Amino acid sequence: MIRRLSPPLIGFAVLVYIFLMGPLIIVIGASLSDTTFLTFPPQGLSLRWFDRIFEMAAFRRTMVTSFQVAMLATCFALLVGIPAAYALNRYRIQLPGWLSTLFVLPVLVPEIVLGFSLLRSVQVGAGLPVFSALLIGHTLLVLPYCVRVISASLSSFDFSIEEAAISLGAPPWQAFFVVVLPNIRSGVIAAFILAFITSINDVSVALFLTGPGISTLPIQILAHVEQFFDPVVASVSVLLMVLTVAVMAIVERTLGLTFLTR
Amino acid sequence: MIRWVTGWILSAPATTLVLVFLLLPVGATVLATLTTAEGFFASYGEFLQSGFRRTVLWRTLEIALLTTGFSLIVGFFTAYVVSRASPRWRSILIIAAVFPLLTGVVVRSFAFLILLGRNGIVNRFMVWLGVDGAPYSMLFTEGAVIVAMVYLFVPLMILTLVGVLENIPDDVIEAAASLGATPAQVFRQVIFPLAVPGLIVGAVLVFTGSFTAYATPQLVGGERVMVMGTFLHQQAMVAFDWDSAATIAAIMVAVTLAVVLVMTRMARRLNPLAS
Repeated sequence: MIRRLSPPLIGFAVLVYIFLMGPLIIVIGASLSDTTFLTFPPQGLSLRWFDRIFEMAAFRRTMVTSFQVAMLATCFALLVGIPAAYALNRYRIQLPGWLSTLFVLPVLVPEIVLGFSLLRSVQVGAGLPVFSALLIGHTLLVLPYCVRVISASLSSFDFSIEEAAISLGAPPWQAFFVVVLPNIRSGVIAAFILAFITSINDVSVALFLTGPGISTLPIQILAHVEQFFDPVVASVSVLLMVLTVAVMAIVERTLGLTFLTR
Repeated sequence: MIRWVTGWILSAPATTLVLVFLLLPVGATVLATLTTAEGFFASYGEFLQSGFRRTVLWRTLEIALLTTGFSLIVGFFTAYVVSRASPRWRSILIIAAVFPLLTGVVVRSFAFLILLGRNGIVNRFMVWLGVDGAPYSMLFTEGAVIVAMVYLFVPLMILTLVGVLENIPDDVIEAAASLGATPAQVFRQVIFPLAVPGLIVGAVLVFTGSFTAYATPQLVGGERVMVMGTFLHQQAMVAFDWDSAATIAAIMVAVTLAVVLVMTRMARRLNPLAS
């Protein structure tokens, strides 16, 4: 096996990884600064900016909204995405090919266009409340991840096991919940986690679907940064990074992170 | 017959969701730009006649193209190292690429505010080195937006390409080497052509992502580096000119779809392994 890599190539990769990690380390450093302005390296160590996040009503409120929207949108997307992924795999021959394309469409349409279009048609046009419109937008945003990840784990599922259960007298719904679902459990968990983090991080869809009293955390961060240059946002960023680490740990346990390179 | 119906019923909720809340609203936005009071395509003529709007469109294309180019180069060589590293290092390097990818766009763009500001670490380093003219105002320039966007998209490129490069069998590389090819020749004549389909997929992802980006240009570029994404938001939410906003949205959809269609067709044709 040839695994020889030339030193300049390795040096280049090292520089790229420093470039990738550096800014995030700087954010962590800046969040610990005792100063009232953003600076790196931190001057004086303090955790007071982390306390400050929770003292600010706007951050508290948007965190709750972001969490609610991410949770609900992910659950809705799984609720409609699991049957769709099941149908796509189980009835592949009977269903037309464009159907699977339809479910990846939300990825092809620019997020910012989806946000603006939902504002036009759903929020203003149909008069739906802001929160519902936001929820619909995020459900669409995360649907492709759910369908794709669950399809991937269904593609290695042997449907003859399910047929065996049915031929032994199990009603189809029971066969699904007792035989199929436990087998794709890791796919469902990974889909949940990826969808959740996508929704929490979204800017472009939520940008148009916020209203009085309803905003998400990333939108609040943007608004805050435009007015103040204090370390609060760095602290919020660190909290989001902690969430990312937790998410990665779960994905690694369920699907393995190498799943993401496929 | 029964199976046919069951498949449709199970996929109906998701299909309805996409049709009603994605295709209809986006279709309505695009249709609104086609038939205005002034006639067909009038809104596009108007868009292209305005010097400022043309500048925004060209600037966005330029930023997206440069971001794609840099991400391709940086991502390709890095992904090659990752794909040929020992299994232990490979997983460490993949984790190190996934972490920024899963960290939100806002957090990662915000990092560049600390990095590139007048009192930022880059400027202070240059002052310390005694660079002429430092500190520079680097924020709110096109260059800053491109650097931040390359930063944003390199992890995606690495992960896309690692999968492709790993699939190149070692035998093929060994065969080329044993037939007398130098490492540079192996790279240029064997590895690169085999990676082209992956490079195209990565390029599509990065180009469409950077062409329609909002958060990074907004934070790092501000009003001075207006791009299609920030312009759309400004027209819709500040100027309340929804016709103009819809035109920008339609141009975004058209460019995205055109790039995806053309490039995937090209990827299929250029794939040397496809028979």
